[in-house]
Amino acid sequence: MAPSWSLSSALKGMFSRATIDESTWEDLEDALLSADFGPDITDSIVDELRASVAKYRTTDPTDLKRMLRETLEERLARLDPTLHLSARPAVVLVVGVNGVGKTTTIGKFAKFLTGYGRTVVVGAADTFRAAAVEQLATWAERGGAEIVVPQQQGQDPASVAFQTVERAVREGIEIAIIDTAGRLQTKSGLMDELGKIRRALEKQVEIAEVLLVLDATTGQNGLSQAEAFIESAGVTGLVLTKLDGSAKGGFVLAVQERTGIPIKLVGQGEGINDLTGFTPHVFVQGLVG
Amino acid sequence: MALFGNLTDRLADTFKNLRGKGKLSPADVDGTVREIRRALLDADVALEVVKEFTGRVRERSLGDEVSKALNPAQQVVQIVNDELITILGGEARRIQFAKQPPTVIMLAGLQGAGKTTLAGKLAKWLASENHTPLLVAADLQRPNAVTQLQVVGEQAGVPVFAPEPGNGKGDPVKVAKDALKFAKQKQYDVVIVDTAGRLGVDAELMKQAASIRKAVDPDEVLFVIDAMIGQDAVATARAFQEGVDFTGVVLTKLDGDARGGAALSVASVTGRPIMFASTGEGLGDFEPFYPDRMASRILDLGDILTLIEQAQKNFDEDEAKKVAEKFATDTFTLEDFLGQMQQLKNMGSIKNMLGMLPGAKGMREQLDNFDESEITRTEAIIQSMTVQERRQPKVLNGSRRVRIARGSGTTVTDVNALVNRFDQAAKMMKTVARGGVPQVPGMGPIPGQKFGGAKTQPKKKGSKSGNPAKRAAENAALAAGASGKPAAAAGSGFGLGSKPGGPSEEELASLQKFLGR
Repeated sequence: MAPSWSLSSALKGMFSRATIDESTWEDLEDALLSADFGPDITDSIVDELRASVAKYRTTDPTDLKRMLRETLEERLARLDPTLHLSARPAVVLVVGVNGVGKTTTIGKFAKFLTGYGRTVVVGAADTFRAAAVEQLATWAERGGAEIVVPQQQGQDPASVAFQTVERAVREGIEIAIIDTAGRLQTKSGLMDELGKIRRALEKQVEIAEVLLVLDATTGQNGLSQAEAFIESAGVTGLVLTKLDGSAKGGFVLAVQERTGIPIKLVGQGEGINDLTGFTPHVFVQGLVG
Repeated sequence: MALFGNLTDRLADTFKNLRGKGKLSPADVDGTVREIRRALLDADVALEVVKEFTGRVRERSLGDEVSKALNPAQQVVQIVNDELITILGGEARRIQFAKQPPTVIMLAGLQGAGKTTLAGKLAKWLASENHTPLLVAADLQRPNAVTQLQVVGEQAGVPVFAPEPGNGKGDPVKVAKDALKFAKQKQYDVVIVDTAGRLGVDAELMKQAASIRKAVDPDEVLFVIDAMIGQDAVATARAFQEGVDFTGVVLTKLDGDARGGAALSVASVTGRPIMFASTGEGLGDFEPFYPDRMASRILDLGDILTLIEQAQKNFDEDEAKKVAEKFATDTFTLEDFLGQMQQLKNMGSIKNMLGMLPGAKGMREQLDNFDESEITRTEAIIQSMTVQERRQPKVLNGSRRVRIARGSGTTVTDVNALVNRFDQAAKMMKTVARGGVPQVPGMGPIPGQKFGGAKTQPKKKGSKSGNPAKRAAENAALAAGASGKPAAAAGSGFGLGSKPGGPSEEELASLQKFLGR
């Protein structure tokens, strides 16, 4: 029933033509814009492809398709998507705006890690949103992780984070994941709070990863989010969620190129196993087909 | 995305070579339309909507009579703004209550759009309007969504109907049905059904939403959508329209810095009105939607409408008319000047007012440097004058000036400066009043304009006279009910507050651009 739009279907028409002509380029541009790549990246990709097409003197749309795939892959693969979790305990701070799926991601990530035989503790430092702690607790249980919850209502999130790491150190738990409350990047007071959580954590150990969760349905505002969170939380990696919908999350390319922060994880469903590492090839495959 | 500057600036660039020509050729329009297209895409308006929209703008730009009042850039932006408002809907629609209570409101949307929070806000708002709402927890999917709704309900002081614990257990359709019975029994007059978030492509969950809709036959189905959503807005909106046929839209997270092009996409594709905007995490951060303001936001034009509203509220029309007459008859005195200034002060903090202006982002620093006490000082000087002196500044000789300076706690230089400024302004006004400068029909006085005063930029004769001209026209229109007729100015556009850090000419120009209507 859902008239799901997809880049591949948008591109189908264009690649089935016999030769590359002006309308091919228009279709390509439209397809990229519709996948949320944004006007800037779209322009640069189209220019790049135009140059290659001129260079190799090809008129075959299949060549163009291959070039598009290569270009996207190459651009996405420029940064290293490896998660660095070798410290013990490895502390992972998860941040993002409201409703992008931070808590869900943590549940899946915990499961992902326990699946590799790691012990995990999650810290419910989202003391703001109603029932966030309970939501995380449910996920922690599903993911087979321990949980540290605030001892009272409205406890300072930094102290919950601190206690989580404390427990990880004390009990020799390998990985500590801290959930934080969603905050819009324009709320400077809340953004400063992230700095405080960071400082509290760093009193005990180095933070291994700060993951910014981005919603694939987000448009060009994703850039603004990334820039703000990088500034106040020192983000080291991106997580792209809700890729199972009709949105393609093309804006992450802009985010990655503008900020130099790699995409590290990809979420594509509500099931606990729907989280995978980021592989440019697969991502582009889903995009271009 | 302030990176590219706002549309106004960009359009102004496009039209740089056009200044003075005052007419639009197809090539000019194409350039402009490209800029508009980019601005809309940057604001996340869906591509198909952008295409249709720019097509219409192009047609109108070429077809419309060339306005004598606006320059080409202004004219195009005017058209764009009009079109945007048309699509976004003229008036915000209110909730339609059922004749036979309970009124049923169902919420639907993607995961993380903010449905549960919105349910709380809506309930609180309804309660404050003397309704007795009941919240229904029909999101049995997301872990602890039920608990969240219970907490939200408690905060809002509204009862929650939650027979099922959720977390994947229970039948939401049955919950919704039971809720209706319960509400009738206990005489709640509004039932708000919170449903699980679902993706547009998830056929199964969409079917579930449709069955809930069928079961409770809601009076309103509100589609809750995140203002940050990108191109996917169209596909999602269509899917939900097909699935649950929503009757209205709520835009959430508008307190962020997303430009909210989604609003335009959804309204344009589905034809459903946007009814509410949610602007914060507090349960009170909830307001009716203003299409005109959203239009400005999408184009990054600043909240000029709020500004205009404020200015109009505070501006005394009769006073304006009187002053206009005085200009025409050459009897404008320092007394009137004082009156003008006091009106200006009434409008509240000037810094606040300026902050609402388009392009004011870049002005923030300058705003901080602006000293409102400058007005107070000018006021003090005038108040230290005798009535005769105020009416006939000519009589101000050296000793009078010394007295005034002492009386107002300023220096003779200050007094001189004020008198000079007044003289110049009065002279200028006279020219304007006699129709010396092209008229721009438009709005009333904008306090920011006083920055353009004589001292800051003495050589800028054009901009100096331009502003009052506009005000003159407006005031004349207000007073006489006719527009376009040359009239005298009633503004406060004299060079008071001549601070070195005042806005530059460009800022003034961009300000002027939007005064039209």
